Amino acid sequence: MSTKATNILVPVISVILGLIVGAIIMLVSGYNPVDGYLALWNGIFGDLYTVGETLRQITPYLLAGLAVAFAFRSGLFNIGVEGQLIVGWFAAAYVGVAVELPKIIHLPLAILAAAAAGALWGFVPGLLKAKFHVHEVIVTIMMNYIALHVTNALIKTVSGDGDRTESIFASASLRSEFFENLTEFSRLHYGIILALVMVGVMWFILEKTTLGFELKAVGFNHNASQYAGMNVNKNIVLAMVISGAFAGLGGAMEALGTFEYVSSKAGFTGIGFDGIAVALLGMNTPLGVIFGATLFGSLKYGALNMPNAAGIPLEIVEIVIAVIIFFVASGYVIRLFLLRAAKKKEAK
Amino acid sequence: MSFLEVLYFIVPSAIFYAAPLILVAIGGVFSERSGVINIGLEGLMVIGAFVGILFNLFFADTFGNATPWLSLIAAMAAALLLSLVHAVASISFRADQTVSGVAINLLAIALALYLVKKIFGKGQTDFITERFSRNDIPFLSDIPVIGPMFFSSVYYTSVLAIAVAILAWFVIYKTPFGLRLRSVGEHPMAADTMGINVARMRYVAVMISGALAGIGGAIYAQTISGDFGHATINGQGFMALAAMIFGKWHPLGAMGAALFFGFAQSLSIVGPSIPYIQDIPNVFLLILPYVLTILALAGFIGRANAPKANGIPYIKGQR
Repeated sequence: MSTKATNILVPVISVILGLIVGAIIMLVSGYNPVDGYLALWNGIFGDLYTVGETLRQITPYLLAGLAVAFAFRSGLFNIGVEGQLIVGWFAAAYVGVAVELPKIIHLPLAILAAAAAGALWGFVPGLLKAKFHVHEVIVTIMMNYIALHVTNALIKTVSGDGDRTESIFASASLRSEFFENLTEFSRLHYGIILALVMVGVMWFILEKTTLGFELKAVGFNHNASQYAGMNVNKNIVLAMVISGAFAGLGGAMEALGTFEYVSSKAGFTGIGFDGIAVALLGMNTPLGVIFGATLFGSLKYGALNMPNAAGIPLEIVEIVIAVIIFFVASGYVIRLFLLRAAKKKEAK
Repeated sequence: MSFLEVLYFIVPSAIFYAAPLILVAIGGVFSERSGVINIGLEGLMVIGAFVGILFNLFFADTFGNATPWLSLIAAMAAALLLSLVHAVASISFRADQTVSGVAINLLAIALALYLVKKIFGKGQTDFITERFSRNDIPFLSDIPVIGPMFFSSVYYTSVLAIAVAILAWFVIYKTPFGLRLRSVGEHPMAADTMGINVARMRYVAVMISGALAGIGGAIYAQTISGDFGHATINGQGFMALAAMIFGKWHPLGAMGAALFFGFAQSLSIVGPSIPYIQDIPNVFLLILPYVLTILALAGFIGRANAPKANGIPYIKGQR
């Protein structure tokens, strides 16, 4: 079997295994899995409104997935997408409420602020990796917590001891009347177009530019890249900065599109962590991220319907997602299994 | 408030907050010393906290005073089972250990909340009735100055945590088992050549980390929060991970770091009532452990060397 076929089969099998484990858990705990998955399906595709909301949910996943995938391609594991997204969310909302400008300036400014904040949050682990060889995984985890506490404190300062900022000015909003009319007034906003453009941007950077070539080379083997005269340290920092910028844009989707404000958080949003799953499932390619984000965005939004329609706690979908990640990570075993199956066929 | 009064106030509270961190961080030391990164500590702690509270609620009438202690055993068993999932993935299935750890974290919180909603029909459990009691340690609490600071009205769970840290130091540095554990984490091929079963050592180490993280989670839930919900653990596992690194993968170092982080945590909670400290914005105390860990890793606070084979699956016969 060709590697390309197994590359596609591994995620597909993982998703199926995840859904099977979810069904078993529902069955064991006394729920009807058919009802459960039916409620999930209706929660995703029930009517135009739910489809709109599902698409809205997919938007930040696209960007979080791109962020993780982009770092992965350069051989870096960015667990800090969550923190980068949170600071991006704050930065965009802050620009959205702090000034009132013509839309043509205000909206891009707020979006750029989010990207810059995320980039800054990616710059720190990138720099530490390049200069001091500190493993980026631990630094990005710590940066997540710093982001959470710092933005909570900033929200308190900005809002005058409140728990959330004012809603942003309309001039910074991504709200779309066109989409609203199309989807029975869901919160679907223009961010999805920006997110899809960014998928294209990632593809372009990786496949069509020297920078992308160097980043991929560093990801494959940084000693060889060094020997070939590439500036490995610069590439590591750049990769983390770009990855952080993607994540920051994910935050802008929430700040300027879905919620139009930022509130202080008791815990993480989870979007950044699910971004890891999105990227893994998409095999770290831009096109794969679209599939991964669509799957996870749909599962997440559809799950909201499960408690109402079937009386099943929505956490079942989180369990399914965790199991999928687990199996994708254990791809070696699935590959081994596929290889053996293929050999048996040949022997016959 | 005099300086001594402040110390009487803050030191016991620091130890109180540090106890779960110490146990979980020591668990991390075992796992990573054997060469398996365990980002899943947070999830293992969540399962420990959940099972601990659940056992306490169900059996408080049966076991009375002994319930919290028996809950620790139940929590330990549950987290140990979950840690096996991480072990199978990262040792036998050669999964990326970081990704597997992330999956463990997601799985644990989702599974715990799913069961909470199934059993209690709401997002969090009831409050437990049987709690750990505080005791004066005989004789030691009579020592002037030090007695009231360290030995009066302490939780025996804190004593347990410190005892485990010392025991872990002895096991890792003074026994053949510890030597094998470390050799597997530094150079698994050399260890394999000497006849050490690398996979089995790593399995055992990950299971120890699961057991300790489960106990730590149950102690946290039963002493600090009193119930279980989505925000009960909320990063304590990552804080323990930070303590492990800050303590340079050494049991006593990890204990020291955990005590310091416990101090920072208690400051951020009781700080507003202490002069001088109340002037420091709370956010600085909240982010202190994480900032210190980054600085420690960058080598600004002495070099911290991770076990060499940490995070690399060992594949027999591969050079």
